[in-house]
Amino acid sequence: MFNGLQYFADWLIYTVFGISPQSHLGEALNFFVFDTLKIFILLFAITTIMGIVNSYFPVDKVRNFLSRNKLFGLEYLFASSFGVITPFCSCSSVPLFIGFVKGGIPLGITFTYLITAPLVNEVAIAIFAGAFGFKVTAWYVLTGIALGIIGGFILGKLKLEKQLSTWAQGVIANAKTEEQLQEVKLTLLQRLPLIFKDALHIVKGVSVYIILGIAVGGFMHGYLPTGFFEQYINKGQWYAVPLAVFIGIPMYSNAAGVIPVVQVLVAKGVPLGTAIAFMMGVIGLSLPEAMLLKKVMNWKLIAIYFGTIALFMILSGYLFNIIL
Amino acid sequence: MKTIKVLGPGCAKCKTTYNNVLEAVKHSGIEAEVIKVEDIEEMMKYNILTTPVLIIDEVIKVKGRVANVQEIMQFLSKE
Repeated sequence: MFNGLQYFADWLIYTVFGISPQSHLGEALNFFVFDTLKIFILLFAITTIMGIVNSYFPVDKVRNFLSRNKLFGLEYLFASSFGVITPFCSCSSVPLFIGFVKGGIPLGITFTYLITAPLVNEVAIAIFAGAFGFKVTAWYVLTGIALGIIGGFILGKLKLEKQLSTWAQGVIANAKTEEQLQEVKLTLLQRLPLIFKDALHIVKGVSVYIILGIAVGGFMHGYLPTGFFEQYINKGQWYAVPLAVFIGIPMYSNAAGVIPVVQVLVAKGVPLGTAIAFMMGVIGLSLPEAMLLKKVMNWKLIAIYFGTIALFMILSGYLFNIIL
Repeated sequence: MKTIKVLGPGCAKCKTTYNNVLEAVKHSGIEAEVIKVEDIEEMMKYNILTTPVLIIDEVIKVKGRVANVQEIMQFLSKE
């Protein structure tokens, strides 16, 4: 699908700039040009599609839908799916959390949303698809959803309401009646200009991270010998996956920054499952998020939340190592 | 005088919104007090789900995304 783009990259680096295809610099630059353009295109396309879907399902509607409808056990699936299609900024995690619980949505389902939303978003999907192809991306999305559903379900069963901070419990108890939603009835054509603008804005916003990530990736691609990492990590070592997750958790990057790096890790010999586990750790859980959540949860709850998610990320890592 | 509040815990989007507000106020020439609310307890007094949030005279105008300068100027001129 991206052959035309590869020809362009080859032409630009080898013909126009005259750098040899055999040289490290040539390989690195070629990778850089090809990958950057490919990701920008994919990112814009997927962000636009998500933007259209999200235009019909904004978070307010999601929250009302989840709190009003008896979904016969499917609530978790819905919450997780909504997590996929709605954009997520980790600074919104506190308002979202409180807003959901205030609106009468059970804790478990709220957690499902909170787990899936940062893990599976348009940026992650676009870049993942560009780096690893659609099959792996589909598995990643499914795992993100499953992780959300199972994690949220278990957390819900643990009856953790008492572990919420005093302030949070107060806010929830004093919830005022919801203001009426103003339904904006626009046709698809009317919505598109704003959707495109938002998509462009998102691409612009992550472009620095993408370029940085690809630059690092490109450097590693060109200058590290193939199989470089294999000497240190391979499928045989059982502790590679948990280690990858634990290294990833304290770090925070958005998907744009970390996936290109992950792509090169894989190209240089790290098993795909281990690399994905690392990525999930970086994107899905982070120290900044823990700091924010401190406001609504006490340390015990945060520990349980992080612990459960980390466990499932590790399990996913093992699973991917087996099936991919 | 109008009171404009920008709610957000400090991420880039909230800063951009705040800067857009300052610009819009400057260009429109309207007298306004601009406040950036970063304290979560303060923020949650309003019924919001996502940040950033733009509030003019205690009415929520834009939530969950960055408001651009023209938009803000339109809000300011309407009232």
